[in-house]
Amino acid sequence: MIRIEKLHKSYPIGKESIHVLKGIDLHIKEGEFVSIMGSSGSGKSTLLNIVGLLDIHDEGNYYLNGELIKDMNEKKAAILRNKFLGFVFQSFNLISYKTALENVALPLYYKGVNRKERLEIAMEYLEKVGLKEWAHHLPNELSGGQKQRVAIARALVTKPKVVLADEPTGALDSTTTDSVMDLLKDINNEGMTVFVITHEEEVAAQTKRIVRLKDGVIVSDELTKNTNSVSHV
Amino acid sequence: MFDIDRWREIFQSINKNRLRSVLSGFTVAFAILLFTLLFGIVSGLSNSFKSAFADDAQNAMFVRVWQTSKPYKGLQTGRTIQLKNDDFNYVKDEYESKIQYQSARIYKNFTLKYKNEANSYSVRAVHPDHQFLEKTIIDEGRYLNEKDLQEKSKVIVIGRLIKADLFGEKPALGKRINMNGSSYLVIGIFSDEGGDNEERLAYIPITTAQMIYGNNDYISQINLGYNPNLNLDQAISFGKQLERDLRFKLNIHPDDQSALSVRNMAEANKNVGSFMAILYAIVILVGSGTLIAGIIGISNIMIFVIKERTKEFGIRKALGAQPLSIVWMVVQESVFITTIAGYLGLSLGTYLLSLIGDSLEKDYFIKDPSVSTGIVVGATIVLIVSGLIAGYIPAKRAANIKPIEALRAD
Repeated sequence: MIRIEKLHKSYPIGKESIHVLKGIDLHIKEGEFVSIMGSSGSGKSTLLNIVGLLDIHDEGNYYLNGELIKDMNEKKAAILRNKFLGFVFQSFNLISYKTALENVALPLYYKGVNRKERLEIAMEYLEKVGLKEWAHHLPNELSGGQKQRVAIARALVTKPKVVLADEPTGALDSTTTDSVMDLLKDINNEGMTVFVITHEEEVAAQTKRIVRLKDGVIVSDELTKNTNSVSHV
Repeated sequence: MFDIDRWREIFQSINKNRLRSVLSGFTVAFAILLFTLLFGIVSGLSNSFKSAFADDAQNAMFVRVWQTSKPYKGLQTGRTIQLKNDDFNYVKDEYESKIQYQSARIYKNFTLKYKNEANSYSVRAVHPDHQFLEKTIIDEGRYLNEKDLQEKSKVIVIGRLIKADLFGEKPALGKRINMNGSSYLVIGIFSDEGGDNEERLAYIPITTAQMIYGNNDYISQINLGYNPNLNLDQAISFGKQLERDLRFKLNIHPDDQSALSVRNMAEANKNVGSFMAILYAIVILVGSGTLIAGIIGISNIMIFVIKERTKEFGIRKALGAQPLSIVWMVVQESVFITTIAGYLGLSLGTYLLSLIGDSLEKDYFIKDPSVSTGIVVGATIVLIVSGLIAGYIPAKRAANIKPIEALRAD
């Protein structure tokens, strides 16, 4: 699903440039539940941005769903994001003046689905994350956990190939963290590839594979005990 | 182009962010309001100028004579110049192609009497063309015609106010009035936009006057209407040429203004024309300044709005929005606000102008201030284009921000 070969990325800061990713090799197969662990500055967010087509890499190859990502322009990237990727952010990133339902329906608008149909689909996904009753509330009327569940519904609504979650529990307390992680596990159990970035061990422990990043290189890549129970079902 | 979903997005965005929508709309509405008032008031000024010259035909020329003020060819200063039928016919033959109307005029003052009512009035003996030169409006009956002149008929056309003085409410047409001992048939009653004095006049055939009062071929003045196909400069040079030729014919010093002069409406029109042109130039300058200020105002607000929405655009892009769709969303919103607000400003301005109406005519020379359809259409186009520009430039920039940077914005 995602194949990365010898990926390099530097950011210019003033006259110097910081080498953030120093040759990453990573292969994530369909249906995997992977977490990227690392302290801040390890390059994990940069990796996610590149995987999510929100940023471009300098060197190396990146294949998404078998397609080599090269010479991306904004338009092509937008189409690929809409088609293959669903995003869950630490700060939820819901649009404040839209209701939960409208937020969930938004990716379908960019996919060209008509209004009636997209509201129906969006409602289906809100029901799936247990927020059907909250469909017509604005984000600021929802709790943090509820907002993140809306964001997850929004990430899923286009039936993407991969869900990318950047510190999805970073702004949540431990109870809501568990409910969000349970939701991500359910999604993965249905066959969706889930790619989580976190610095919390407890969160990473709930995934099936942990990749540890330090100073722009992968220091370890191991399967967790969760793997056996589900992976070969 | 019409995409109901995009309009829904735009209305939602306008509706959920009322303050900024109202603010940006207000700038444009105010600019257009000022623009409309400015144009309306200047057009009112222009109307006043036009009506000030409404008394006489726009193409009128008057040949006047008096006494010489310069000796010439052995002739003394102070000689009284007398125009005659011969001079009238000379002008007619010489300049036929340049003349639309031509009439001579003799001034008289007579007592007009009907039954027991009598009063003294100015009487003009003229040719039929005089009607068009003086813009005489016939209310009843008819004006003088060629037949009256040939037959030297004793007929008279009286002003509305003479009719009121002598006849009151009773009919005057077909009645005979006594003028200086002779009986004249009233064949017409007229009014004139030039005011009361012009409506207290009477017209009789010039031939009748020449026969009865002096039995000569004298005339006091020659009035012309130059051919309307001449432009102002051609008309002015025609007037100068006429002046030169007549002075030569009557043995007058070429520079003797006092003995013979041609008063040419073309010159007055040219002066008024260039004055109005300068006034309009100033108005266009100030008006476009106001519009530009409005456009800059809305651009500023759009820049602020887009900065505020950068994160939202980042989210939309992460969800699959293409840059162009973001540009269009912003531009369409901007055009929509400018058009609606501009229309409101325009309507308010037109309404205010209609309230002012003619109330400023007496003291400020502003008559019937209004804006023409052309200006309304022009201003609307300017609005839509400015909305496009105001929205497009910042939107383009916002759409080009990388999604990660946009998402990081707060």
